[in-house]
Amino acid sequence: MNGAFTVRIGRFSRRWSIRALAVGVLLTAAVLACTAASLMIGSRSLSLAEVLAALAPDAHGPNRLVVVEWRAPRALAAALFGACLGVSGAIFQSLTRNPLGSPDVIGLNTGAYTGVVFAITVGGTGYLAYAAGAIAGGLGAAALVYLLAFSGGMRGFRLIIVGIAVSAMLSSVNTWFSVKADLDEALRAAVWGAGSLNGIEWPPVAFAAAAAALLALALPVAGRRMRQLELGDETAAMHGVPVERSKILLVGLGVGFTAVVTAATGPVAFVALAAPQIARRLSGRPGSADLAGSALVGAVLLGGADLIAQHAIPGTPMPVGAVTVLLGGAYLVWLLLREQGRG
Amino acid sequence: MGPSNPADRSAALARPAETEETAVNRSAGPGPAATASADRAASGGLSTDAARPTGPAAVVPSATDHPPAPGPVAVSRRRRLLGLAASVAALALATAVSLAVGSAPLPPSTVWAALTAPDGSLDHLTVLDLRLPRTLLALLVGAALGLAGALIQALTRNPLADPGILGVNAGAGFAIVLGVALFGVTRIQQYLWLGFAGAVTAAVVVYVIAARGPGGVNPLRLTLVGVALSAVLSGASSTLALIDPRTFDRMRFWGAGSIADRPDGTIAAILPFILIGLALGLACARPLNALALGDDMARAQGARIVLTRTAGVVAVTLLCGAATAAAGPIGFIGLMIPHAVRWLTGPDQRWILPFSLVLAPVLLLVADVLGRLVVWPAELQVGVVTALIGAPVLILMVRRAKAATP
Repeated sequence: MNGAFTVRIGRFSRRWSIRALAVGVLLTAAVLACTAASLMIGSRSLSLAEVLAALAPDAHGPNRLVVVEWRAPRALAAALFGACLGVSGAIFQSLTRNPLGSPDVIGLNTGAYTGVVFAITVGGTGYLAYAAGAIAGGLGAAALVYLLAFSGGMRGFRLIIVGIAVSAMLSSVNTWFSVKADLDEALRAAVWGAGSLNGIEWPPVAFAAAAAALLALALPVAGRRMRQLELGDETAAMHGVPVERSKILLVGLGVGFTAVVTAATGPVAFVALAAPQIARRLSGRPGSADLAGSALVGAVLLGGADLIAQHAIPGTPMPVGAVTVLLGGAYLVWLLLREQGRG
Repeated sequence: MGPSNPADRSAALARPAETEETAVNRSAGPGPAATASADRAASGGLSTDAARPTGPAAVVPSATDHPPAPGPVAVSRRRRLLGLAASVAALALATAVSLAVGSAPLPPSTVWAALTAPDGSLDHLTVLDLRLPRTLLALLVGAALGLAGALIQALTRNPLADPGILGVNAGAGFAIVLGVALFGVTRIQQYLWLGFAGAVTAAVVVYVIAARGPGGVNPLRLTLVGVALSAVLSGASSTLALIDPRTFDRMRFWGAGSIADRPDGTIAAILPFILIGLALGLACARPLNALALGDDMARAQGARIVLTRTAGVVAVTLLCGAATAAAGPIGFIGLMIPHAVRWLTGPDQRWILPFSLVLAPVLLLVADVLGRLVVWPAELQVGVVTALIGAPVLILMVRRAKAATP
């Protein structure tokens, strides 16, 4: 499976590995399968034909309502948000040169939680208030960590320590709120903090899709810069890469992709961590970040996790964030056990 | 149930150790990444962690990324002794302040009289029954967390490891959630033993899984298994808590971490475990120094690797399990104090361990006193305050350490 072929169209040329292509096709199929399953399964079970009929532009009737208004936003959100988290994780793991890197390093989710807590404290309710709080808090925390960690260049280790310190402070604030607030408010914040797709509607999904599409415009450049920076700062600088500017671009992109998700659903753990790892093992190219593969794996992971979250306990939809933590942790333990068996 | 996701935070903590694995993997075959690591390793300065070479590849992350120690690498014995004396003095001062300050304004003379010649008056009871147990608990819990942090950072060879990495906090939390949600436990006395049982069970499971592979426990596997199991347990806890608001209500208070208003007998219950843990932990200092040279070198020097690691893990489990059972999860102290202490002492565990043991209770006491003052006459939980005052110090230190290097 190590074969490869080259495509040339005019000045554009690219070498494709057959294995990477096969993996890509299979993953795309898996994403479609998850989406289809999410549209079909529910208290009103539909066949694939019924779903397709309901999706037709001139469809009417109850199936149309169920599929297009209730299930489709959630199914699309799972795929889209999973892809965003996968890309974000790949960027941060490449940037911090660390296989456990994720946007949480720089306090993004803790900051977003603080923002939402603030929104609740001042009486905000509903998607807009939470999203505004999450984005302001998350981006604020990320910017603070970046500024505090920056002196004469950004270095991975200092970023991690400052990130831990700022996160610890913010989570103190969050704990304080949880203890001081009345039960209802504390519970609302905690439910948001678990990360859930339950009851998501079209407007947040559409907004997130637009934001993600804008961010995606920068990905081709970012992917190139990532591979150059992986050679080391000095080597990259010798190749003419503006190192610090590239890092800011990458941090901004990674933060942006996660913020899009967090604003709509609350923090969803482990997808950003696991997707790049799995993509790397699937593509058989250890060491190199793979944006497209990570995005596809992320979409499969979140789509699958959301199916479980919706239907594992009939009548009690769980937050998808709880499922990703359980699955991701179990997967990591399994991976470790398996690698020991071989080693 | 906690506002920040513990899994993510632990994942962040696991990072440097994980980098070691990648470095090893990459150096197996030539490639751009391996070259980059080597370049960076060569350009990295001498640092506290570079002083303990653990094989050609394992040094890479520390040598490149760990901030070098400011000042001379070998801190003189005299300076260390003076530093330790100053730390003990600070501890005595913090203890005195903790006895003297609280929501009831008492003059120092009354506090002194209460300690030396108690007459049973309300003021004296305030000192003896409220402030004294609280201060003693802070001393015990702080010392336990500080030493446990230093041990776990040495055992995992990870300067950012947190004692919670063995799954202790998550295990204690999960056991208490189970007790509250499924068995209707309501008395706080029962939390103590549930928490301790959960903490010990989680740590044992982590250790057993990590020890299954060839060559016994290795630091990286210990970290990863701990992170993974913590994630699973805390995910399960928060799911259970979110399903049942009553459980959530109880857990949000336990999760904040506090040393005030503990039930009678808490100190007596945890004291034996903490004393055994402290003795065991301090006994590990010299073998841990040998272990820092890497397994092969340590073996050549006659260190008993498996025995040391097992003793270290047992000590961390006892210390953290007892501290968490008594006070709830108090984060950050076990991470920050040993990390900061290494800047003072250099890499010698015989100094790191005692310094951590003395300075961690100072931070906990100061945080507790501040928690009583800032919203006087109400109080802030000590678990909330520790990070608020510790984190800025850590940020300042990491910035200054970097500014000192070219």
